Amino acid sequence: MIRFVLIQNRAGKTRLAKWYMQFDDDEKQKLIEEVHAVVTVRDAKHTNFVEFRSFKIIYRRYAGLYFCICVDVADNNLAYLEAIHNFVEVLNEYFHNVCELDLVFNFYKVYTVVDEMFLAGEIRETSQTKVLKQLLLLQSLD
Amino acid sequence: MPAVSKGDGMRGLAVFISDIRNCKSKEAEIKRINKELANIRSKFKGDKALDGYSKKKYVCKLLFIFLLGHDIDFGHMEAVNLLSSNKYTEKQIGYLFISVLVNSNSELIRLINNAIKNDLASRNPTFMCLALHCIANVGSREMAEAFAGEIPRILVAGDTMDSVKQSAALCLLRLYKTSPDLVLMGEWTSRVVHLLNDQHMGVVTAAISLITCLSQKNPDEFKTCVSLAVSRLSRIVSSASTDLQDYTYYFVPAPWLSCKLLRLLQCYPPPEDGAVKGRLVECLETILNKAQEPPKSKKVQHSNAKNAILFEAISLIIHYDSEPNLLVRACNQLGQFLQHRETNLRYLALESMCTLASSEFSHEAVKTHIETVINALKTERDVSVRQRAADLLYAMCDRSNAKQIVAEMLSYLENADYSIREEMVLKVAILAEKYAVDYSWYVDTILNLIRIAGDYVSEEVWYRVIQIVINRDDVQGYAAKTVFEALQAPACHENMVKVGGYILGEFGNLIAGDPRSSPLIQFNLLHSKFHLCSVPTRALLLSAYIKFINLFPETKPTIQEVLRSDSQIRNSDVELQQRAVEYLKLSSIASTDVLATVLEEMPPFPERESSILAKLKKKKGPGAVSVSELEDGKREGGELNGGGERGSDPSAIAASNASTPSPSADLLGLRSAAPIGSAAPSAGSLLVDVFSEAGPAAPSSGANDDNFLSSAPSSSSLGSEDPAPPLPESDELLNKFVCKNNGVLFENQLLQIGIKSEYRQNLGRMYLFYGNKTSVQFTKPVEPLVEGGAQVQQVINIECLTDFSEAPLLNIKFRYGGALQNITLKLPVTINKFFQPTEMASQDFFQRWKQLSLPQQEAQKIFKANNAMDTEVLKAKLLGLGSALLENVDPNPENFVCAGVIQTKAQQVGCLLRLEPNAQAQMYRLTLRSSKDSVSKRLCELLAEQF
Repeated sequence: MIRFVLIQNRAGKTRLAKWYMQFDDDEKQKLIEEVHAVVTVRDAKHTNFVEFRSFKIIYRRYAGLYFCICVDVADNNLAYLEAIHNFVEVLNEYFHNVCELDLVFNFYKVYTVVDEMFLAGEIRETSQTKVLKQLLLLQSLD
Repeated sequence: MPAVSKGDGMRGLAVFISDIRNCKSKEAEIKRINKELANIRSKFKGDKALDGYSKKKYVCKLLFIFLLGHDIDFGHMEAVNLLSSNKYTEKQIGYLFISVLVNSNSELIRLINNAIKNDLASRNPTFMCLALHCIANVGSREMAEAFAGEIPRILVAGDTMDSVKQSAALCLLRLYKTSPDLVLMGEWTSRVVHLLNDQHMGVVTAAISLITCLSQKNPDEFKTCVSLAVSRLSRIVSSASTDLQDYTYYFVPAPWLSCKLLRLLQCYPPPEDGAVKGRLVECLETILNKAQEPPKSKKVQHSNAKNAILFEAISLIIHYDSEPNLLVRACNQLGQFLQHRETNLRYLALESMCTLASSEFSHEAVKTHIETVINALKTERDVSVRQRAADLLYAMCDRSNAKQIVAEMLSYLENADYSIREEMVLKVAILAEKYAVDYSWYVDTILNLIRIAGDYVSEEVWYRVIQIVINRDDVQGYAAKTVFEALQAPACHENMVKVGGYILGEFGNLIAGDPRSSPLIQFNLLHSKFHLCSVPTRALLLSAYIKFINLFPETKPTIQEVLRSDSQIRNSDVELQQRAVEYLKLSSIASTDVLATVLEEMPPFPERESSILAKLKKKKGPGAVSVSELEDGKREGGELNGGGERGSDPSAIAASNASTPSPSADLLGLRSAAPIGSAAPSAGSLLVDVFSEAGPAAPSSGANDDNFLSSAPSSSSLGSEDPAPPLPESDELLNKFVCKNNGVLFENQLLQIGIKSEYRQNLGRMYLFYGNKTSVQFTKPVEPLVEGGAQVQQVINIECLTDFSEAPLLNIKFRYGGALQNITLKLPVTINKFFQPTEMASQDFFQRWKQLSLPQQEAQKIFKANNAMDTEVLKAKLLGLGSALLENVDPNPENFVCAGVIQTKAQQVGCLLRLEPNAQAQMYRLTLRSSKDSVSKRLCELLAEQF
């Protein structure tokens, strides 16, 4: 199960934080900083997986942004690694060549994209076509 | 395709975000935010009713402000109002606000639930999904109470839209996880299971997560899902890559759904129905076959998706552990990955092979890859990959390859990352014991372990080697010879001294025939290490000595001489003092027979499971680690130095006591409760023993309770006058010595006091030199008299029992001419003197730094520079402090970071320090973090005066 999803830039600024288990605000801040510290020291030759407390982080870097998913130790690494990529491709399509600023200015829409693809810490929908169709529909609503 | 422009729809929001981004400083940002908050507040309070658009915009701004990290204490009501809007965009912002800023305000919860209820009943799929997502995101008990009955109905209703079903399934999963008692599946069970047959792959993808969770809890009720899952999987696996259209990802049909199906099957044993099982085996074979086919795309996404399924299939094969053919094929496949150029695959192959190694069917197949795995241990760049390689070597080890694997692990240990050393040590120790055919190999291995990584050898490990040597008489002579040789090394680890002391005390006689290891040579060898050892080791050695007296009567005079010396019989440590006194007495009054009975060889230990194994299990908890481990960083921090605060972990102590003798070398079973107060005054937290005959100054009891100057017997006769209060400049004098150990402590027209001191672990020795600057004799109460122009010396032995903040006081009284001089100074003993430096890499440093992030663990000061900010001077001072000055750790080269462990008798306190000079402002920021708040605070105070 996914425990949380974080999108951070290299400076450690959070562009999205989505929590699937209860943490208080201080703990969230701590987790955000820890994830940043753990992930940014790794280079391209390292794996995309890091042990993290009693969980693990599956992450991938896209330009200056780190997309990190914290999951249970027994979860399937590659499935979540590709879930990240699938999500990024949807964002890219939805925002037409997504960049960091899109996530800043449209933060409330990013949450919608996340909820379409992940819910309750599980993968909800994997078809890019279906997700984008739904997003397009929502976009047309007032 | 849809396109979104910046903040379209809400111009005000986009402007506000731009403003915030343009703020040059934190202050400017706060100012801008406060302005906005005031504006929003006035809008919300205003007489004019706000339209939906404005409300949405302001609520969204509040949300943005909250996400920046600021508190929001209003706007909840407006957000709730948005929920009942009939416009999607307004509703969406309302729900988002509620989901992010969960509020347990009961009045609002009622209103929120009401709005959700309306949306669930609206039959508008978009609104229903919003409501379901909100429940899934919040997942509170109140929501479960309100909706746990309704959601299953929505999930299985014939006319529910697919997207709503997806959300309903996962929403129900969330409620089941938070409030299982409220989610009653009963009548819905079979219809939920049949969602596995749903036409819509998205519905299956979502529903299967729910079914998996429910199956884990109630396997019997859901077992019909097995055959459904197998047929669904079979259809996917055998489909062409184009069949599934939307659900094909880089030419791989439905990778995530396949993984989830394989995961669901892992909740059950292999299917009993032959047809179902046959079909499943066919699927698994197909998946293995596909791994051998040429890739349909060069993209990493293609191979990742394909391999995600493959690894999940291998997990299922291992879970069944009943198909030798599949197990061996899985192993061969993983073997190929071991040499793959993708680090991810090598890592996962090592990880997965680790579980294969424990299957009887594939153990041999795994073993064939030993050379590759050893190579990985030596050459992988990513430490986590090396770690997996070490795990796999451990898992594949058996009697046939133990020697090779242990040798490789030992040689790896010499350069292993600090983070995994302790675990490696435990593994080597376990393997060596488990697969020892001849015990001399075992003894050699453990001694090597201590030599290579002594700091990481926990008590369990060295207890165990002693247990085994005692229990096996065929190895005792060899063990005695080997430790004797090992102790010859000029610098040997304290753990080696412990093992050596114990074994020679028991079995030294077995090698005493050789003139090169005669009794006296053995004794001298052991005793040459004595002074470098900590108290528990010294206690052990004293016990070894008394055993020597029994084994070798000719050593008696020499050993009695040692026991009789002041440094033993008057030792400030109660345990040592008592042992010395008792052993001395025992050796002088007991007859040879009595001595032989009392000091008989230790009886064999009862055979038990190795306590090391228990420790390893504890360290590497199984996958099912609870959430509470999230808070568990601190303990790791304590282990900074291979055993920092292990004493504070009660379970660790309990484990070791259960199966091993007590650590302070209970060779004789003499260890009793320490006789508090009988041997040495134990009231103070810091005890400074001053031997009055050693020097002229009359020490006296310090005024402060924290500091206890226990003086020698004559202290009551030291003149009637009370000690003077400390000199006003005594603090300043003290500060001079924080970063140095030698110098002039005090000087006036009459007297000069010089100091030389040295510290090791929690012990210290200080030489005080009193120089008479006059030409006249100093007289009573000083004893001896100090001639004019002469200097006398006093030695103070210091032991730090626990951390402290007040320095001990030194009171000096003497007569010059007729006048009584009465001076009280602070003895320059500060907590940092008991620092042991700790070297660590940047990553370790910051990891530990983060682990010590409780507010009370940190002390910080920002202060003006008192001296020129010269880098070299700063470095020298920080080195003088006693901790290790770490280079290339802080990303900012201007900053300094240090690490060390404060050694006290009671505990060890790991400390990290960071000094950030700001040359422009001529200011410093000093931050201390340690596992003990009083230590952080005191170090910070002391250091802030130094720069």
